[in-house]
Amino acid sequence: MLRYILLRGVLALAVAFTVSLAAFLLLNVATDPARAIAGEDATPEVVQTIRVRYGLDQPMPVRYAQWLGGVVQGDFGESYYWHKPVAELVAERAGVTIALALAAMAVTILIAIPLGVLAALNPNSWIDRTALGVAVSAQAVPNFWLGLIMIILFSVTFPIFPVSGDATWMHFVLPAFVLGATSVPAVMRLTRTGLIEVMGADYIRTARSKGYSGASLLWRHALRNALLPVISVLAVQLGQKFGGSVITESIFALNGLGRLALESILGADIPTVQMLIFVFAIVFVVMNLLADILNAALDPRIRIG
Amino acid sequence: MAPLLEIRNLSVSLELPNARLHAVRGATVSLDRGQTLGIVGESGSGKSMTALALMRLLPRGAEVNLDRLAFDSQDLTAVPDAVFAREILGRRMAMIFQEPMTSLNPVYTIGRQLTEASVRQGVLSAKVAHQRAIALLDRTGIPDPAGRMSQYPHQLSGGQRQRVMIAMALMMEPELLIADEPTTALDVTVQAQILELLAGLQCEMGMAMILISHDLAVVSEHTDRVAVMYGGEMIEEGRAAEVMAAAKHPYTQALLKAIPRMDGPPVKLAAIPGTVPSTTSIPKACIFASRCDFVRDVCRSGRPPVQGSDEHWRRCILGETELATQRQASPVAAMVRKAVEASTAPVIEARDIVQVFQSRRGLFGPKKEIRAVDGVNLTLKRGETLALVGESGSGKSTLARVMLGLSLPTSGSVLMRGKTLGGMSPRERAALVQPVFQDPYSSLNPRRTLAEIIVRPLELRGDGNSQTRLARVREVMDMVRLPQRLIHNYPAQLSGGQRQRVAIARALVTSPEALVCDEPTSALDVSVQAQILNLLTDLQANLGLSCLVITHDMGVVHQIANRVAVMLKGKLVEEGSTDAVLNHSSHEYTRTLLAAAPRFRAEETRLEFSGHE
Repeated sequence: MLRYILLRGVLALAVAFTVSLAAFLLLNVATDPARAIAGEDATPEVVQTIRVRYGLDQPMPVRYAQWLGGVVQGDFGESYYWHKPVAELVAERAGVTIALALAAMAVTILIAIPLGVLAALNPNSWIDRTALGVAVSAQAVPNFWLGLIMIILFSVTFPIFPVSGDATWMHFVLPAFVLGATSVPAVMRLTRTGLIEVMGADYIRTARSKGYSGASLLWRHALRNALLPVISVLAVQLGQKFGGSVITESIFALNGLGRLALESILGADIPTVQMLIFVFAIVFVVMNLLADILNAALDPRIRIG
Repeated sequence: MAPLLEIRNLSVSLELPNARLHAVRGATVSLDRGQTLGIVGESGSGKSMTALALMRLLPRGAEVNLDRLAFDSQDLTAVPDAVFAREILGRRMAMIFQEPMTSLNPVYTIGRQLTEASVRQGVLSAKVAHQRAIALLDRTGIPDPAGRMSQYPHQLSGGQRQRVMIAMALMMEPELLIADEPTTALDVTVQAQILELLAGLQCEMGMAMILISHDLAVVSEHTDRVAVMYGGEMIEEGRAAEVMAAAKHPYTQALLKAIPRMDGPPVKLAAIPGTVPSTTSIPKACIFASRCDFVRDVCRSGRPPVQGSDEHWRRCILGETELATQRQASPVAAMVRKAVEASTAPVIEARDIVQVFQSRRGLFGPKKEIRAVDGVNLTLKRGETLALVGESGSGKSTLARVMLGLSLPTSGSVLMRGKTLGGMSPRERAALVQPVFQDPYSSLNPRRTLAEIIVRPLELRGDGNSQTRLARVREVMDMVRLPQRLIHNYPAQLSGGQRQRVAIARALVTSPEALVCDEPTSALDVSVQAQILNLLTDLQANLGLSCLVITHDMGVVHQIANRVAVMLKGKLVEEGSTDAVLNHSSHEYTRTLLAAAPRFRAEETRLEFSGHE
């Protein structure tokens, strides 16, 4: 088990390094950062001054090495726009995004898994069809539209929740629902097909022959097997919640990483963009690592080869 | 005393996409305490459905009808599902299934799976259950039973998993144990051990047992009574020894004659023509009429009566005397097993074949080497049938692939008619040797018609034009006795036996000198196996084919082989003429294999034994 985790950890580090390199290259080769900072109307002299001031005149490998050296020590450089360390900036904003992502995940899990289980236990019944209908419509509805409709319904027409901001937990209810709803279809369908397959398995027949039925059969024999593939998907979805919160945070005016990303892209704040890409990638990698470890913990066939 | 189990007129029907399948009709079973009943039948006979109906484990959409179902004098039809699951299942009735590899939950330990039901139902305390589980594992012959408790199913072999299943079924000392094909998926030597184990435990615990099998020989050796099922109906029932010695239904008689026997010289097997009819409607005539040798007009127009005593009855119109004359009327033709002379030219020669497989656990794990074939010399001579025998994992299929030229050995060489394989084009090789695979259900492309499947090797070789090719296809279809009208059908429209004929026809279409058949009949029913074995024997005699037949069934070896080679752990341990190997085998492993092969016990001893009851 320990060996397995270590091996996965090493692979995760390699992925993180590759992502950092890709992020750096994309931002520095595809665009000219100095020109972007200076603005469109700047004279070549101004651009040159900026280039020297931010060290952009140095060769690319040197700059990457410097950046990576800083990253290892937790120093992601200084924001061109906010004029303070990027790491500090990200740390300030991260709390909101983490809260939003986790709440959205909870929404996904609480809706998708029970719905998937119900559908699987009654295949082709009205429950199954309704669940499928919900899934298809949830998939078809765009995020921003759902967000606006939610605001109109539950903040304006029925003023239950605040329209925007991130002061109290009440502020997070609508955004979490909107962000969480996007993952419901995939997770629900996977739960459904997984459980249908497991319920037809020989070992479930064995459990039945031992006197298991109904809820005890589901809890004690079927669910763990059925949820193994769901865990991997949930990990990816959670990663997407972090990176994909840009739209939701903008609609509900939540001051999190998504908005920071939007602002720093618009402001050509390259160190901030670079760190955010790196952080989002690391979140993905860590989530997948966690999913792998959790899968190994739940499935002895992975743990003990 | 009232019987332990009484089922009267059980019917099970299943929902199919476009019809209703009447899988079981009017099955009646009675079983006393401590008694064993065998239910025998080919695939689709309804034998498993009967058991599943009793255990209430039928798939969704199945419908059950019956006149009476009593267990220990309690009317089970009045017991709701929840109560039945809580009080009867596992506790008083337990079941063992055919598929040991998939019947245990992969994510829980053996110990948990053994003990959970008894603890949850409050029958045993956790501590007692743990001890009992270890004791039962020990009794089933699993080494280090205490250590196994914390292991997971994938760490055990198939035979061990089936032992765990048996221990699990016995945890709460049920009064009735149902074993549904408990050994079909296992190696022969393991099969025998498991059956002995079951018989021993059944005796010790005094429980009643229903043993379901497609194998009459297996059932007759281990049960008191036998019920024979065909097409969803019970057509004969009686004392096991009596049914074996004096079967009274033409189907049972035919089935017995279709099994290759090992006592005496091989005889031409009496294959039952045709296939089991599917029962999507309730039949109004005798269901066996279409395949029966003794069919009369009344058989096709009305249901046959039940004749005989409660001790031994049958569902057939034929009287005792008619039956007796018929048994004599169908003589058995003895076959002469030709000896192939030592000087005969070899068709395929394998020299010092070594095949090593390497596997690695994970990305950086240590390399593991498996010597699947370890220095084997084997020669297939012209016109002979050479049986390659061994259990799963012995390397016999790997060796066959090498001898077919489908994979290159790690070292050693293969010569076909004296030429090394390396110097041959695939075309040349294909003209010499062709394969026939085990599973006719998956080895034929489902989207091609018979004509397209059979003609394919000719097209690949670019032989002839479309007319000559079609003529050749028709010719080989005749050779394997496939009706010409099937030429444009798809594999899904054929029965298992017909599909295997297609596979053989495809192999024969290029007129090869040799066939390599990997378990050609193990996926088929006994009556169909007889058809295919007879066909192979005839083809060999008529065409002078050489056949390498890979099998684990000593009965098949006895039936068709001139010579036998026995493999164990990648090495040949014995080789010789069939007579010599079967009668005076020199290697201990061969004798184990032979002892494990189910055969018909001398009837007299069995009668004596059952006379005590």
